[in-house]
Amino acid sequence: MADPSPPLLLVKNVVKEYGDVARTRALGGVDLTVGRGELVALVGPSGSGKSTLLNIIGLLDRPTSGSVALGSTETTALDDRGLTDVRARMLGFIFQFHHLLPAFTALENVMIPAWGHDGWPSAKMRTDAADILREVGLGDRIDYRSTNLSGGQQQRVAIARALLRRPPLVLADEPTGNLDTASSAEVLDLMRRFNRDLGTTFIIVTHDLRIAESCDRIIELVDGVVTSDRRR
Amino acid sequence: MPFEWFLALRYLRDAKGQTALILGGVAIGVSVIVFLSALIGGLQASLIEKTLGAQPHITLHVPREAPRPLVEPTAKVAIARQIEETSQRLRSIDQWPTVMAAVERIPGVIATSPSINGAGFAVRSGAKRPIVIRGVDRERVLAIIDLRKRMVAGHFELDGGTVAIGAKLAADLGATVGDKLRISSSEGVEDVVTIGGIFRLGNEGVDGSWLVTSLRHAQSLYGLAGGVTTIELKVADVFAAERIAGEVQSRTGIPADSWMKINAELLAGLSAQSSSKLMIQFFVILAVALGIASVLIVSVVQKSREIGILRAVGTPRGRILRVFLIQGGLLGIGGSVVGCAFGALLAKLFESLARDPGGAPKFPVQIDASLLLFASALATGVGLLAATIPARRAAALDPATAIRNG
Repeated sequence: MADPSPPLLLVKNVVKEYGDVARTRALGGVDLTVGRGELVALVGPSGSGKSTLLNIIGLLDRPTSGSVALGSTETTALDDRGLTDVRARMLGFIFQFHHLLPAFTALENVMIPAWGHDGWPSAKMRTDAADILREVGLGDRIDYRSTNLSGGQQQRVAIARALLRRPPLVLADEPTGNLDTASSAEVLDLMRRFNRDLGTTFIIVTHDLRIAESCDRIIELVDGVVTSDRRR
Repeated sequence: MPFEWFLALRYLRDAKGQTALILGGVAIGVSVIVFLSALIGGLQASLIEKTLGAQPHITLHVPREAPRPLVEPTAKVAIARQIEETSQRLRSIDQWPTVMAAVERIPGVIATSPSINGAGFAVRSGAKRPIVIRGVDRERVLAIIDLRKRMVAGHFELDGGTVAIGAKLAADLGATVGDKLRISSSEGVEDVVTIGGIFRLGNEGVDGSWLVTSLRHAQSLYGLAGGVTTIELKVADVFAAERIAGEVQSRTGIPADSWMKINAELLAGLSAQSSSKLMIQFFVILAVALGIASVLIVSVVQKSREIGILRAVGTPRGRILRVFLIQGGLLGIGGSVVGCAFGALLAKLFESLARDPGGAPKFPVQIDASLLLFASALATGVGLLAATIPARRAAALDPATAIRNG
């Protein structure tokens, strides 16, 4: 009997072109289906369209043609407000350079996805943020400004921020690209742990083969086209 | 605290130097507005008070007598003639009690006073001075020009041949309270009066020529039994005097001149002052707006990656817009509070330093709550308006581009 629930992510024939006159094709018709609880590595050489695809999946950019559905929500026709709501509800982001707000403490940075979207802080927001900071091993750094944390610690705050609202899908763009080996291992372990314990789906763009090999599924993109999609 | 307020305050706090500089700029701008407005407002109020302290807001007077040609040309007969202006006799306003009652019913008119104004001479010892004899109803004239407050000697009493005269006239005649004067009207009637009081209205022409007596006494001096030559009015809004004068004239048919018409040059001067004040205010506010806008534009550029992240993690566009509007508003409010205090202090200091020998301020300043509220509201409004451009720019940032390019 077929599974009646839709996949977490359904990308259909997504094309992305840049430029008005001389058009450059970054994605040339990508089809992708990702289920709940998957740990996916997106690999490929520089300029292959990995970040473009990640931005489109993350609803930060719109495809030239094709469609993206997150769960039962078809996003192509949504306006800015709709996209913002879906991002807040369903997506978490981890960036290569963590991008924490320097004016905020670790706790305030983690609260941003809920606080920024809802407007007012709540006791639950604070408790959830403190809990998740403890889960990533930063319980004693809650009130530290992000500028007073190490690179690995900042990336762990970024992971906590991405997971505060327990989104079903987290998109990580080179999350270890700026870290030393030990910090990279810590970050990877955290993502694997949240994937296992919470069932959160991760799509990780990476050049690091060790990270890719530790994922359940590896999708390779070359010149904007999926050239291989293998499960381990 | 709401997210946008928290973020706006953090941004302002973290850029301490930048915030302090622009707050200082706004404060200086507001203090210039407050200082100039207080100074110009004070000068204008003082000028108007001096002018209106010595004259009614509106004066109704007898229509001029026009010459009547003895022969009129017809269709068949052409006439060559020379018409000469008629000499103006001192006459009474027809049915003046009825006219005055009608005028009192006009909205905006708050006091009326019948009077006789005529020329004459005052003689004491060897001194002889041309004077203006003003016959008034004591109670009614006080509602128009409060002479009691302007008395420098004696009292304002007009009974039994007692009169009040201007301070300069008293000095010119070498007379003081209790002295007797021989006066003669332009109609040739002479009398001896006693000086009961000496006033100073601050207008040299008035202080050097006015002799104020009772209406009945003036009527006998000019042979106008029961008559008056002018009806003087006071209105609630001094700047509505010209409009009300027009209404009075159209209702009564009697010529009515407002103080604004009589003092057209003064009004032109006041108007020029007000225009200069507005110009200065405009350029100061423009500088304040440009200062706030430029600081916030730089802030948006500096924070564009952060804004991209906030947008990416679900912060709505409107909230980002408000973060920068709040900063603009706070800079306006903060700067205006400091600027109002500084400007008011400066104005008061200026007033206390520049004084005439009598101790009265040479440059009286006028600071009231409405001026401070106006300056504060203006600076805050301009702060908000100036923040609109950077705020819209921030809200419109494409999150992917902002994160990528910072």
